[in-house]
Amino acid sequence: MTRASWNRLAWTLALLLLAVPFVFPFLWMVSAGFKSVTEIFGAPNLIPRVWRYENFVEVFTYQPFARQYFNSLYIAGVVTILTLLISSLAGYALARIRFVGAGLLMLLLVTALMMPDEVTIIPNFFLIRWLGLVDTHWPLILLPVFGAQGVVATFLMRQYFLSLPKELEEAAKMDGLSRFGIWWKIAIPMSRPALAAVAIITFLNSWNLFLEPLIFLSSLEKFTLPLALSNFNDSYGLPLWNLQLAATTLTVIPVLIIYLIAQRQIVESFALSGVKG
Amino acid sequence: MTSSLSHRSGAQARAPWLTLQRRDAIEGWLFVSPTLLGFLIFFLGPLIAIFIYAMSDWNFLSGEATFVGLTNFEDALLENPDFWHVLRNSAVFALGLVPLNVALALFLAVALSRPFRGVIIFRTIFFAPVITSAIAWAIVWKFMLQGEGGPINQMLALIGITGPNWLREPNWAMAAVIVTRVIKMVGLNMILYIAALQAIPRDYDEAAGLEGASRWQIFRLITWPLLGPTTLVIVVLTTIGSFKVFDHIYQMTGGGPENGTLVLAFYIYQQGFQFFDIGYASALAIIMFVIVTILTLIQVSLRRKDDA
Repeated sequence: MTRASWNRLAWTLALLLLAVPFVFPFLWMVSAGFKSVTEIFGAPNLIPRVWRYENFVEVFTYQPFARQYFNSLYIAGVVTILTLLISSLAGYALARIRFVGAGLLMLLLVTALMMPDEVTIIPNFFLIRWLGLVDTHWPLILLPVFGAQGVVATFLMRQYFLSLPKELEEAAKMDGLSRFGIWWKIAIPMSRPALAAVAIITFLNSWNLFLEPLIFLSSLEKFTLPLALSNFNDSYGLPLWNLQLAATTLTVIPVLIIYLIAQRQIVESFALSGVKG
Repeated sequence: MTSSLSHRSGAQARAPWLTLQRRDAIEGWLFVSPTLLGFLIFFLGPLIAIFIYAMSDWNFLSGEATFVGLTNFEDALLENPDFWHVLRNSAVFALGLVPLNVALALFLAVALSRPFRGVIIFRTIFFAPVITSAIAWAIVWKFMLQGEGGPINQMLALIGITGPNWLREPNWAMAAVIVTRVIKMVGLNMILYIAALQAIPRDYDEAAGLEGASRWQIFRLITWPLLGPTTLVIVVLTTIGSFKVFDHIYQMTGGGPENGTLVLAFYIYQQGFQFFDIGYASALAIIMFVIVTILTLIQVSLRRKDDA
């Protein structure tokens, strides 16, 4: 073999070795999800000796897991739609309309851009309690839409609108289309890639949200998935490993499948938000 | 609407009230109003509130709040040894995570920025944990890192090594939460680096190659300096990210053992929602606000320089 092909082999081997801790957790998660408790702590084997399918049934009887699954889905859907609407409106104004105070507003929004939810969570708790919305899904919708995530989306949309040519919008203006009409009929249809990026990131953020559900929710049937997953414990608070890992499998695998199908789109969305946000 | 208004004001022989500028201002504020309203209610208001809360002695259970000035900050900075312990943990976490994450991301990006057979598969693998929920990731790793019967230790036993009880010994626990977090998040920095690498014109390397430079020399003298701005942004973003880590710690260690992985974000939650010490927790939130704001300003000014 030539030196170049030895080189290639060395790189490939290094990458394969590095890939182990990235792949292994997923494999072990699925495998343990099919095992009995005794087998989980037996000799390490990736393929279960006895496939215990009951785990995946007990997941649904231990807590209202189907309901929790639905909660996560519909909340992420609502958060995504609201974020798309609000951030594209604000992003459009900040990119295209010259108005007094726009600079100051941008400066204010930047403070929220990176701020962890922990900073404002205490007053927000009292606010939500005052509104009587504790143990409802409202805080899980309102706080992300109007928090750091919403701001990231706004900046992302603004950046994208800035990159669009103005001519079409100006022509539409000449034709007498209102500002709202220009936004809805011209700018929005042209910004599919940015809208897709915002939708993907927002949906995943909501799907994975943990602090807000932890603080605001107390009834099992209102839990979202991450909170439900952390709740598969016995009466001593110790994890029921086989159920917990079966449930984790049920929440992780669909996301991975979607990721495999729309890999390019998802990765690009993250690259866009990382660079621009 | 516009024409009728200007017609009327025209009839009164005055300059039209609704000038183009005014209309722009009204429309601009209308468009941003949902964002602005939400921002005021759920961000700016609460931000001001923590400054007020922080100056009170307010235990949520006992009810009454009393004004105590800066006592909570004194408490944090001077009297409570826990605070410095927590800050030290946060610093150790950041100092462990950021270099490891950035170095690994750069290595992966260099290896995966040029097309070869299987490159997409590798990229897909290294990015997969990024889209996985932090709680799910932490559950699986907590399972794998159990002292007795955990898969990692069982496999170490096969080659004759007795693994530690990873998450029950403070130093091992800190190392474990750092490394598992790096594995989860490194894919994000990897794709940012890949994008930056692909933006570097190939002619540079080719010219250097013709001059007889080795691949390492090309990387060190050409690629690495050109990646400078990207690296700065990535370092700051990753540092901010390391201060945000909450769910990972919550699920893997709960801040333990012996507060060995108790970091600032978790400490705020613990003081506020487990011990109900609202005043003290708010003082901590302000400290976090200051840290993240400084890092954000650095990041924004780096971007500006980058754009110019």
